[in-house]
Parts: sequence; structure tokens; C-alpha cells
Amino acid sequence: MTIDKGIGAPDGAGGASPASGGGVGAPGGGSRGSGSPIEFRLDAASGVPTYLQLVHQVEHALRLGYLKPGDQLPKVRDVVASLAINPNTVLKAYKELETKGLAAGRPGQGTFVQATLSQVALPELTALRRSLLGWLATADAAGLDEDGIAALFTNTLRDFRDRRRGSARPAGGGTEGVA
Amino acid sequence: MNMNVVEASGLGKRYGRTWALRACTLAVPAGHVAALVGPNGAGKTTLLNLAVGLVTPSAGAVTVLGGRPPGSPAALDGIAFVAQDTPVYKNLSAADMLHLTLNLNRRFDRRYAETRLGELGIPLRRKAGRLSGGQQAQLALTMALARRPKLLVLDEPVAMLDPVARHDFMAIVLMAAADDGVSVLLSSHVLAELERVADYLILLSRGRVQVAGEVDDLLAGHRLLTGPAAEADRYAERPVVHLRRAAAQAHLLVRAGADDPVPPGWEAHPVGLEELALAYLREPGAAALPGPARGRALPAETGEPSEVR
Repeated sequence: MTIDKGIGAPDGAGGASPASGGGVGAPGGGSRGSGSPIEFRLDAASGVPTYLQLVHQVEHALRLGYLKPGDQLPKVRDVVASLAINPNTVLKAYKELETKGLAAGRPGQGTFVQATLSQVALPELTALRRSLLGWLATADAAGLDEDGIAALFTNTLRDFRDRRRGSARPAGGGTEGVA
Repeated sequence: MNMNVVEASGLGKRYGRTWALRACTLAVPAGHVAALVGPNGAGKTTLLNLAVGLVTPSAGAVTVLGGRPPGSPAALDGIAFVAQDTPVYKNLSAADMLHLTLNLNRRFDRRYAETRLGELGIPLRRKAGRLSGGQQAQLALTMALARRPKLLVLDEPVAMLDPVARHDFMAIVLMAAADDGVSVLLSSHVLAELERVADYLILLSRGRVQVAGEVDDLLAGHRLLTGPAAEADRYAERPVVHLRRAAAQAHLLVRAGADDPVPPGWEAHPVGLEELALAYLREPGAAALPGPARGRALPAETGEPSEVR
């Protein structure tokens, strides 16, 4: 599993973590090599609904190139076996991915990736990452700590987004849109 | 699969002068992993025992698997029950248990049982009493699933198990749901794990059904509002389930969806299943009974013994 070409996902969320799912041997009846490049994990403390965690992990994997069109998503049964979660939860996540046009079910085979989210090729991502590192060094030198950097980035990103959308939205109505 | 695996109306059970379960009306649709939650003594075990036909009602009625009486041949064939603490015959080996269960049931998938036990690494010759707690639980579950039930009923199945054994046990249960469409009804007071496992919630409190419904609907229908304590009492848009208040700040758990208006100065957050269940358990007077078509609210509040069997 050497997809990691210097992208370095912070915690490999949803990434190909060989460690996860190890304890499943007993019930899963060997869910090894399920045919999917990724394996799901769950963060019980995140407060994010389980099906959304699965959706996010697929999107994350698409963005970082772990998943490409044509790749198979983990089989429902394998996800149930390795995470001990309700099969309907997995189906709901896959349905959501289908609604978003990112995946499609093939009868009798499973669910497959249909589109990609990584608009940028790997070399470009690497270059962008390098320039971001440069900016981070500047911020660090200016005295910002990690929380400050994250806050500034999030804030600026939001401004950027608003401006690009033509800032048509009312200023105060931010909270309920989060849902 | 539109049937209800368990349907009760005005169901009550009295032991001596104490009502263990009262005026219980609910309909659990097939195809779910339904969690029965409530404090000790809430009536969970009584409800499960009524559903599998181990005890008879003092009031009201209960049917299973689409209208069949508990204890009828069809019900017995279609339901597998694992009682509290996953009991096994301590002096029998796994092989003996398999032999016994095979001969005591009209339907028993021997190959499934043997394959399963092999995968679990359970020594067939060892007495069940000398297996680990996790293996004993798995043995009981294997015997239950090898009967190929339509409904699997589990009473506090994982309470005694360590985290790994608990995970592996639930994985088997959920795979039965995924592979064979087995409906599951399980009681538990471990709230934290329910969110992953259950997609239907029944909350019992003091012998009554307090909350019943699909987990997604329940979560979508509740919000936590946080705002100034002084204004907490003025909130009247939607029913308040539970209120927590400090000097300046208050949290209201309300029955409101994402589209319901949020008062100015207040923030709305989605709630998790554990938070929602806790709020209801702290407010035995509150109820969320969406009342599916079949399980309408019953008129009388008391466990009237009008239909004593």
C-alpha cells in the first residue's frame, strides 16, 4: 500500500490503515483483501453520525487520491464485520454517496467509485503543500500558535468562499445553515 | 417485510401487586436492530419474556412476527432467544450443546453452527463452563442463529463481556442482520454503543414505553438549544424534553427539527442518541411516541386488567 506519495494525510482518516480491522479475524471470517483500497474507522467521540463519518472518509480518500473511479468501496458485510455497526448505516452512507454522484451500486457486486473529488493531480498537490508549508513557517515566525493558525486559516477560507459566492448571504445568518 | 416483529397493545404484566410492565403499546417493524433501553427494573426483561412467550400477559395483548401469538409453533420456529448473561449448560461440551439443540428444534442449520464454532476457535470437546465468557456468549449466540430465526431476541447480551468480546459478539449479530435480514430486538443499558448498533429505539421507564421510533427520525426530530438562562422559560415554540440551567446559560433539549426556528440569541445543535436517551430517562414524564399507524395511543393510562388472559 504505497499510495502515500508525500501527501501525508494528517491522521490518515479513512486512509489505508493496515492496523484497523485487525481484531476482526474471529467473526469476520477473514475480511482480508476485500477488494477495496480503503478501510473505514470510527471515532465514537466525534459526535458525527456514523453514516456521515463513512461518507466523509470516502470523500477524504477521493480528495487525497486513495480512491479513484472504478475502485470498489468496502463491502457492506465487511464493514459490518469489522466495525460492528448496523448494516443499514452502511447502506445509508452508500446511498448518500450515490446521491452525490460519487459512487454507484452494481447489482450483485457492490458499490464502486464513479467520480473523483481530487481536481488536482498529485504533483500539483505536492507543490501546493510545499507552498503551504512555507506560509506556515512565516505564521510560526510571526508568533502564531497552531490554534491561531487554524483559526486564521478557517476564517480566511470562509471569507474567500463568501467573496467567491458574491457575498449574497446575510451576515448574521451563519448558524442555522450549518446543520 | 412490512410486518411488525413485535406488536403490543395495552400490554401489562403484574407480579403480585407490582406492575412490571404497564400499558405498553408499540410496534417494532421488521428489518431493524431495535434496542430496548431503560434503567434497571424498567420492565425490559418482562417485555422480552412476554414477546418470546415465557410469561403470559396480565393485561393487553402481544403478537410477534406479523400477528402470531407468542409460544405458537410458528412463533417458536421463527424466534431465537438468548436470555440474560447468555446462558449455556456448563457441564456440556460445545459438541453436546450442538447435538442437543439440533434435536430440540425443528429447524437447525448444523453446518452453520459447525462452521461458526470453527471460525471462533471454540474447542468442541471442552465443557462450556470452562470456556471464556466471550466464548460462552458466542456459543449461545451460535446455537440461536443456527436455528435460522427471523427474529433474534437478546436480553442484555454484552453486559458481562470485555470490549473485544463485546465487539465480536455484536459483529456476529449485525452480520446476521446484514446477510440474512434477521430482525433483532436487544435490551441494553449500555447507551454508548447503541448509536452504532441500533436503528430503532424503544425506551422503557418505570414499566411504560417512553420513546419509540426509528433512530434517524428521533435524532432528526430533536435539537439541543443553548442560550441565556433568563430566557429559558420563555421558549415555547416546541415541546421541551429536558432543561439544564446554570446561572447564565441554559441547555434545552427540544422536540424540534433542523428547519424549526431558533430564537434569536440561541444556538441549535444536533443531538446524539445517548444524549437523547439520557434526557428522556431523566424526565420520566416526557414522551416521544410517534405512534405508527398500528400502535396508536391507548386511551387508558393505568394498566387496566381488562383483558386478563
